[in-house]
Amino acid sequence: MARPIKLRIWRGNKDGGDFHTVTVDANEGEVVLDVIHRVQATQLPDLAVRWNCKAGKCGSCSMEINGKPRLACMTRMNSFEEGETITVTPLRAFPVIRDLVTDVSFNYKKAMEIPAYAPPANLKPGEARMEQIDVERSQEFRKCIECFLCQDTCHVIRDHEENKKSFAGPRFFIRIAELDMHPLDTLRNRKQTAQENHGLGMCNITKCCTEVCPEHIRITDNAIIPMKERVVDVKYDPVRWLGSKIRKREDIS
Amino acid sequence: MSIERYSYDVVVIGAGGAGLRAAVEAREAGFKVAIICKSLFGKAHTVMAEGGIAAAMGNANSSDNWQVHFRDTMRGGKFLNNWRMAELHAKESPERVWELEMWGALFDRTKEGKISQRNFGGHEYPRLAHVGDRTGLELIRTMQQRIVALQQQDGKNNGDMESHIRVFAEVTITDVLVENGKAAGVYGYRREDGSEILFEAGAVVLATGGIGKSFKVTSNSWEGTGDGHALALRAGGKLIDMEFVQFHPTGMVWPPSVRGILVTESVRGDGGVLTNSEGRRFMFDYIPEVFKDKYADTEAEADRWYKDQANNRRPPELLPRDEVARAINSEVKAGRGSPHGGVFLDVSKRLPAEEIKRRLPSMWHQFKELADVDITEQPMEVGPTCHYVMGGVQVEPDTAAAVGLQGLFAAGEVAGGMHGSNRLGGNSLSDLLVFGRRAGMGAVAYLKGNAAKPTLSEGTIKRAQERLNEPFTNTGGENPYTIHQELQQTTNDLVGIIRTKKELEESLEKLAKFRERIKNVSVSGGREFNPGFHLALDLENMLLVSECMARSALIREESRGGHTREDFPKMDSKWRQVNNVSSVEGASVNCVQERAKMLPDELAGLFEKSELAKYFTEDELAGVKGGSN
Repeated sequence: MARPIKLRIWRGNKDGGDFHTVTVDANEGEVVLDVIHRVQATQLPDLAVRWNCKAGKCGSCSMEINGKPRLACMTRMNSFEEGETITVTPLRAFPVIRDLVTDVSFNYKKAMEIPAYAPPANLKPGEARMEQIDVERSQEFRKCIECFLCQDTCHVIRDHEENKKSFAGPRFFIRIAELDMHPLDTLRNRKQTAQENHGLGMCNITKCCTEVCPEHIRITDNAIIPMKERVVDVKYDPVRWLGSKIRKREDIS
Repeated sequence: MSIERYSYDVVVIGAGGAGLRAAVEAREAGFKVAIICKSLFGKAHTVMAEGGIAAAMGNANSSDNWQVHFRDTMRGGKFLNNWRMAELHAKESPERVWELEMWGALFDRTKEGKISQRNFGGHEYPRLAHVGDRTGLELIRTMQQRIVALQQQDGKNNGDMESHIRVFAEVTITDVLVENGKAAGVYGYRREDGSEILFEAGAVVLATGGIGKSFKVTSNSWEGTGDGHALALRAGGKLIDMEFVQFHPTGMVWPPSVRGILVTESVRGDGGVLTNSEGRRFMFDYIPEVFKDKYADTEAEADRWYKDQANNRRPPELLPRDEVARAINSEVKAGRGSPHGGVFLDVSKRLPAEEIKRRLPSMWHQFKELADVDITEQPMEVGPTCHYVMGGVQVEPDTAAAVGLQGLFAAGEVAGGMHGSNRLGGNSLSDLLVFGRRAGMGAVAYLKGNAAKPTLSEGTIKRAQERLNEPFTNTGGENPYTIHQELQQTTNDLVGIIRTKKELEESLEKLAKFRERIKNVSVSGGREFNPGFHLALDLENMLLVSECMARSALIREESRGGHTREDFPKMDSKWRQVNNVSSVEGASVNCVQERAKMLPDELAGLFEKSELAKYFTEDELAGVKGGSN
């Protein structure tokens, strides 16, 4: 049942590091995280890795497996070729803390910058009425488990540290889209602020974020593109452009 | 080494549903709050809750109300519940759900546009508000976003978003500090760099969740190591009824690496049936006497119930969790299990594929990706997994104040009493919010009544510091991973789903040996993000909790809810009068019996006397004034 596999693990910290290759048994049905745990328990007790639920629900065990952003708990060992060496590295878009663990605080800072849900002032608890079909659009985005794989893969920040300041990233574009499509949210201009304050315009819709999303959220098609279209619509429509100059700013709805 | 030092009015340990709700309450009263997460913010075990949050809103069936919810909760817990907690919970859950909606949660809807409610084991009416099968994610994200919303308000008001709530991620607390008989702060370390961190606090709220990692097969993540239970014990608090551990009937059993991962009860709520290797729907053979009049005794009636609930009784697959887990255990032991040692759970024959994917998306995903099973076409293989501990920190019901130490509060899974001997599905998420809020209120009231924050003495700090550093001062001792695996095997084998006197005594002998071994555990590597070091600290908590479980289980000579004694297979009304209360004296666990509180007449009156007679002694029954006949 058990077969030995070669695992090439990046080990180090903010000052640098190197690859460390180990041979470890993999059993039937296992995932990469199981194998990493076995390395921890039997060979490298201080190997740093994040994990929690081990069922693809919490988004903690994000790393790069053979160069691809993946959840280690959802990457089956039988998805690799017999005899293939598996390389595991920390997320590249974020600073390394140690081994496979990175400092993802960037994402929590961005989360604090997105204006919160704003229910109607006169809405009383228990009185909200919404149709299932209307909540489903936002529900798709609320499936997000905050694994930050989309943030990691996005080239706007992956190799451009300088863009981080002005770019919130796909995870937060779906957060804005979710609030924007929330049937009861009252805050106007969410799309406009996505463009002006959160760097929506920097996204060049290569769909890499959608490809890596373990929840299969259609980030680009269902969140980013619809918001971009509406923003562009207002910006380049001459009548609305003029209107926005006269009336200071026009809402995009 | 220098210690990073902070001072807050309230320190909340744990950032799941209960901790975050407590923090919101304290902040809204104007106090400064630190939230301490063992993992990253938003990864707490709450995220794993699938089925829903129980609240008698009456959206799906207008006959539902708090009294019905209260009755179901007491029945589920076999009447050992702290009745006041069950009452508060049933009354306040709807408000807590509506409040989540006001904070941005998007629940699935009914045709009228209200919050949809689904069926679950032990609940008389469809009662669980839900979002597909990822309700826990919705709850934690909503709470997380509520915290951010409050931080944004604080930013606007005083220019500092963290002026009143600050989240400390990946910090582990190793001691609650006590000064002059009051909780005065907490001590711990930052995982990122191993540095030590001290919080002075006027009040401390424990919201650390469960103990599942003491067992080998569990649905719990690495965080469930009984930290809050152990912190409370060491600081002078008490644990009640630790023998009651819920083995969720349906965990995955194959492949081995996912053994224990939860399969939501919604699968059964939405029509899934359990069968053994002979194809028999065996749950009909396991309907206990106390529930005989409420559950269908033929497949035909059970099947009709899904369409017509008013005129048929519920299918026995929806019995409370303890009953279903024991039944599965018996079938497997009798040699009628599935190929990998579970039983079959099949929803594919009840619902069309698209409907299954819509209602149970994460289950579909989980089985497809981890087990190569398509649940829209094939049955799942499932078996019991350690899921939840009903026992926990003994608290005052209204304020969540811990008994035995002033200034300490506890809410959520770490607190005991609410669920009695067995928790109903869906009652956990509502518990988090109802008692999270009450713990926040309790802390606020306590702070208002105790102006002076106790000052921490150097001696207290030094003791905490020494304890934290012990694993590094030992050399040549055992590897913590090895000890952990053996400890898990021991509790699984000897304090598991079916218990006997002989095995429990054996477990206590073994646990005493683990205590010796843990003293010498040593870790390699440095202090920065070192999981081995962390596990060495967790081990002590798991051991302490395991001892409390084993001692209480040995004392309770009956079977009730999440405690099954092969040598005492019947429920005994005399034991309903008993709470087992554990405390720590020196290094040893002491377990004493306290008299459980009797239901007041107005609540007893919600039940028929014939039902009360199943749980109460004749003397008690004679004293009940209310109650219909």
